[in-house]
Amino acid sequence: MNLLEARGLHTYYGASHILRGVDFTVRAGETVGLMGRNGMGKTTLIRSLLGFVPPRRGEVKVRDDTMTGAPPHRIAQCGIAGVPEGRGIFPNLSVRENLVMAARAGVGGRRDWTLARVLDTFPRLGERLAHGGAQLSGGEQQMLTIGRALMTNPDLLVLDEATEGLAPKIAADIWGIVRRIRDTGIATVLVDKNHAAVTAVSDRNVILVKGEVVFDGSSAALHADPALLHRHLGV
Amino acid sequence: MDPVTFLIQSLNGLQYGLLLFLVASGLTLVFGIMGVVNLAHGSFYMIGAYLAFSLSALTGSFFGAVALGIVLSVVFGLLLEWALFSRLYHRDHLDQVLLTYGLILIFEELRSLAVGDDVHSVAMPDFLSASIPLTDTLSYPVYRLFMSGICIVLAMSMYVVIQRTRLGMRIRAGTSNREMAQGLGIDIRLLFRFVFAFGVALAALGGMLAAPVSSVFPGMGSQVLILCFVVVVIGGIGSVWGALLAALLIGFTDTFGKVLFPDYAGLSVYVLMAAILLWRPAGLFGRA
Ligand SMILES: Nc1ncnc2c1ncn2[C@@H]1O[C@H](COP(=O)(O)OP(=O)(O)OP(=O)(O)O)[C@@H](O)[C@H]1O
Ligand SMILES: [Mg+2]
Repeated sequence: MNLLEARGLHTYYGASHILRGVDFTVRAGETVGLMGRNGMGKTTLIRSLLGFVPPRRGEVKVRDDTMTGAPPHRIAQCGIAGVPEGRGIFPNLSVRENLVMAARAGVGGRRDWTLARVLDTFPRLGERLAHGGAQLSGGEQQMLTIGRALMTNPDLLVLDEATEGLAPKIAADIWGIVRRIRDTGIATVLVDKNHAAVTAVSDRNVILVKGEVVFDGSSAALHADPALLHRHLGV
Repeated sequence: MDPVTFLIQSLNGLQYGLLLFLVASGLTLVFGIMGVVNLAHGSFYMIGAYLAFSLSALTGSFFGAVALGIVLSVVFGLLLEWALFSRLYHRDHLDQVLLTYGLILIFEELRSLAVGDDVHSVAMPDFLSASIPLTDTLSYPVYRLFMSGICIVLAMSMYVVIQRTRLGMRIRAGTSNREMAQGLGIDIRLLFRFVFAFGVALAALGGMLAAPVSSVFPGMGSQVLILCFVVVVIGGIGSVWGALLAALLIGFTDTFGKVLFPDYAGLSVYVLMAAILLWRPAGLFGRA
């Protein structure tokens, strides 16, 4: 079943035409890598799907409901949680408050992810519960945003550049967490500069070039064609 | 100053400061969270006072009037936010000042049509109309203690809601990063609509509580509006606790200013504001 399905998305920033007819689907439980060089439209696609930048044309469906142009909170309530570029923790809230404020039952009333389970997944947050969100290190902030997204009991987690600016060891921790989350059955969309790390966990990958999809296929298919990687991703 | 007079003036300062806080807290929330300069905020105080007057006559009970007045002002606040203020968030301050100044004129005109331009008084409930004797000649009115008590209870409830509940966390989260809060499934527009309505109701309640001691008169809104802006500026824009501290400072400064320097009483509050802004330009709790 398609959890998320976008057809023919055209998104603009003012007069600049950024997405040019993008089709993008995520099935339940699937891990999808979203790739492309800088400025190709990955973040714009995510923001269109999440309702922050409504597409001017095209359709976004979550399960069977058309959500094109719906406000972000409605899309989030359908079980889609975004972890944005730059993380977006609330610096004026403590770590505990950052997590608790987001708590809600998932679609169908699931409450799999509680504060206790999130702290179990991210023990370092447990040691910092009373700290202000702004006092955390970059890696801890990233764990906090991922943990906060999990508190909404999502069916789909969208991670935009989750390891950006992190030391390799911390980035490795984040990848470990991404695997654990995938293994619980939550679908994931991953955007990351580290393509090898993405394809190591992803079921399928989509490559964007100038706002158009130029590849949509399995990690195996992508690895089988090194020229493709070289041409579109410069690796 | 003898100790009893000092006690009486302190209680007056406290009561005045707390009442000011009640009215100003809504202004600072709306200013801080939504970025809207609302010149019509003082009108809510005026409307509250007139509601107390009209509804006491209608219901025959001061508390009946207050209860009904709170419900009406919440509904009024919700409608106002939905119809007008929600359109102001992305406009510049000039548009906001124009609209909200226009609202002052409209509210005053409507008030004039509905109840006229006379000065009215509102009777306080009998059981609160007594005074507590302090010496042979001095006493303190129970009603003023009652006002202070209500304001303290409300300030503490606000503290609990804002600092301790999930609702409060969500309001604070929305203040710092509206988009991120929406992305977590929170309907920020709706949440802020209620915050706005709550601010309207607090200002109106301030007017209702003040009505029995200060009488009800046209223009009472503009007087309080200026003081509310002084509170917001001294406290730091958007800071509820800054507003509480600032309101109390103003309450004491004004009350003791009148006693100690009667010739310059009108100036004391503004001297205080200038001194604090020289020391902390963003206000006591303001983020510079
Ligand atoms: N708010 C905006 N207003 C105007 N143009 C924008 C805005 N945000 C992004 N763009 C432009 O849209 C294009 C796509 O940007 P986008 O952020 O989606 O790319 P990206 O693939 O996420 O890049 P990166 O890898 O650098 O994060 C770029 O050309 C960018 O300059
Ligand atoms: Mg990006």
